[in-house]
Amino acid sequence: MSALLEIRDLHVSVDHHEILKGINLQINAGEVHSIMGPNGSGKSTLAQVLTRRDAYEVTSGEVLFNGKDLLAMKPEEVAWEGVFMAFQYPVEIPGISNVYFLRSAVNAIRKARGLDEMTAAEFLPLFRDKLGLLEMDDKLMNRSVNEGFSGGEKKRNEILQMAVLEPRLAILDETDSGLDIDALRIVAKGVNAMRSPERAMVVVTHYQRLLTYIVPDYVHVLMDGRIVRSGGPELALELEETGYGSMETNTSVA
Amino acid sequence: MTVTSPTLKSYLECFGEFEAGVAGRDPRWLRELRREAFARFCELGFPTTHDEDWRFTDVSAIAKTTFRLTRDGRYNVSPLQLKPWRVDGAGCQLVFLNGRIAPELSVLGTLPENVKVAGLTDAIRGDSSSVEKHLGRHLDVRRDSFSALNTAFVEDGAYVHVPRGVVVEEPICLLFVSIPGASPVMNHPRNLILMDEDSQATLVEEYVTFGEGSVFCNAATEIVAGDHTVLSHYRIEREQADTFNISTLSIHQGRSANVASHSVLLCGALVRNNVHPVLAGEGGECLINGLFLGSDNQHIDNYMLVEHASPHCSSRQFYNGILDDHAHGVFHGRIIVHKDAQKTDAKQTNRNLLLSDDAQIDTKPQLEIHADDVKCTHGATIGQIDEDALFYLRSRGVDEASARNMLIRAFAGECLERMKEGPARRHVEALVNCYVRQIAKTVGDSDSEGESG
Repeated sequence: MSALLEIRDLHVSVDHHEILKGINLQINAGEVHSIMGPNGSGKSTLAQVLTRRDAYEVTSGEVLFNGKDLLAMKPEEVAWEGVFMAFQYPVEIPGISNVYFLRSAVNAIRKARGLDEMTAAEFLPLFRDKLGLLEMDDKLMNRSVNEGFSGGEKKRNEILQMAVLEPRLAILDETDSGLDIDALRIVAKGVNAMRSPERAMVVVTHYQRLLTYIVPDYVHVLMDGRIVRSGGPELALELEETGYGSMETNTSVA
Repeated sequence: MTVTSPTLKSYLECFGEFEAGVAGRDPRWLRELRREAFARFCELGFPTTHDEDWRFTDVSAIAKTTFRLTRDGRYNVSPLQLKPWRVDGAGCQLVFLNGRIAPELSVLGTLPENVKVAGLTDAIRGDSSSVEKHLGRHLDVRRDSFSALNTAFVEDGAYVHVPRGVVVEEPICLLFVSIPGASPVMNHPRNLILMDEDSQATLVEEYVTFGEGSVFCNAATEIVAGDHTVLSHYRIEREQADTFNISTLSIHQGRSANVASHSVLLCGALVRNNVHPVLAGEGGECLINGLFLGSDNQHIDNYMLVEHASPHCSSRQFYNGILDDHAHGVFHGRIIVHKDAQKTDAKQTNRNLLLSDDAQIDTKPQLEIHADDVKCTHGATIGQIDEDALFYLRSRGVDEASARNMLIRAFAGECLERMKEGPARRHVEALVNCYVRQIAKTVGDSDSEGESG
């Protein structure tokens, strides 16, 4: 079986400054990978490149998603293929209601895949069901996207979108940052409910705490634009004890 | 400054012909009103950019062109042709061709008894006492040369009278069609709207062009909103790209009158939108809401003059502008609070979305406060499409053009939200959706050209 996502020797620059210096990573359907690393190590850059944000310049390497050249795709095309990113900083969009936004997204993806668009009547039950999963208030439905939402509400809204869009690859970019423990549990519950043999997930985080709720199959440590160590969930615990500093020493020794 | 001689000569000729023709048989008070206004126009001339009220708008293209009045005649317009311009749910629709009423194209519909909706000419020829009492009383002919010019050539337009206590539920729609000729033509529609005490109505003025060619449409509307009246007024500008449109709305508000003015400017080469409410009675409220969309080389100037003349009145101005290509927008928001207008609460907000580096907006608040217990605020913003929001939408699968469309529509939507639910709002919404979609599409085009180049 070929990998769902395959990253080969990926180099990425921002403003001529190299951030990712040769990333290699293979992710299969059904797996949950965590990418950990200190601030500035390139974690978010990797997430953004995979969703084709244009501020990031790929200088070399390739990324295949389901065998297709992901780097040749526009952001919307990546979404049509089934890649979803939960933003570290979800954007507020005044004047567009949450429910309208999400139905537009669902229908844009369905249209791209040659499926009929969903009517409001078809969409609402699905939406309500997922709102319940994320323990979100019905009132948030008709409010503008993320406008006036608390930090926790914004993060839950990201997972709500993920639950509705049912991606094949979900990338969670520091979804735990700024979340209190209750919100973290709800978010983790939403994410865990979505684990399935057809779906892969990449959990990007600085801290180990989220990984006690979303237990990954693999953990990769990203330092200064390179993956310096890979292992199982126990690697996250090791990091919690020793910190990233020791990891750096280990690599330079190795 | 006086009118330059070749143009003055043509206006003199026009005025002479006009007086010698059908206008000569009008009542004396009307002929005198016209003569005074024409004399005033000759004194004032066309404004220049040295005039503070016209600092950002150069009307020399109008001043230099010789426009002629069209002769009363038959135009080749069939009711079928008007089908796309009808308003669903309208109580009636009067149609005007080059400023004159076309009864055969108008739809009278079903309005409450005693509500009078007619051509101004007909109103003058009938019992003209109420027309005489109000016509020209509220427009500032002394100061504004376009108002003077309109008054000099006042002939036809709409006359609406809503008697005391009557509520007109369906909108009264007025469609002004300019029909260009072989040489440049002008028309000066004049509307007089009289709302008696405690009455309610919705009025929709829509300006369009059939055919191509240079047109100068200089419209003016006087509204007398009596005590405790509730009025929604819509002005929709969707004339063609070679049309000059100057329109002036003067509203005299009585005690506790509640007036909403919604301007939706979507087309035209040079558009000047004057809105001038006078809060003359205590406790009056007015909402001055507007949306202007410009592209190509369009010039859209909004001149607001909100006059607080009595205590305890509130006014809200909200104008949103969306400008693409080389379009130039102007928002001039003037608020005058008279000495006795204590407890005035006036607010003004102008928000602008620029879609191209060459688009331009001039926004200018002007507060003149002569009372000491008032609340006046103003604010203006200028921004571009939020790239983060655009990426966010695209990352969820919405293609770029649709994402732009959603964001521009959301910005325009702020103005639509302020309109009362009903046929008029639905009509405006459909138009705005259509124009926003067009603009979103071309913005996307020019961007992809930029990327490949």
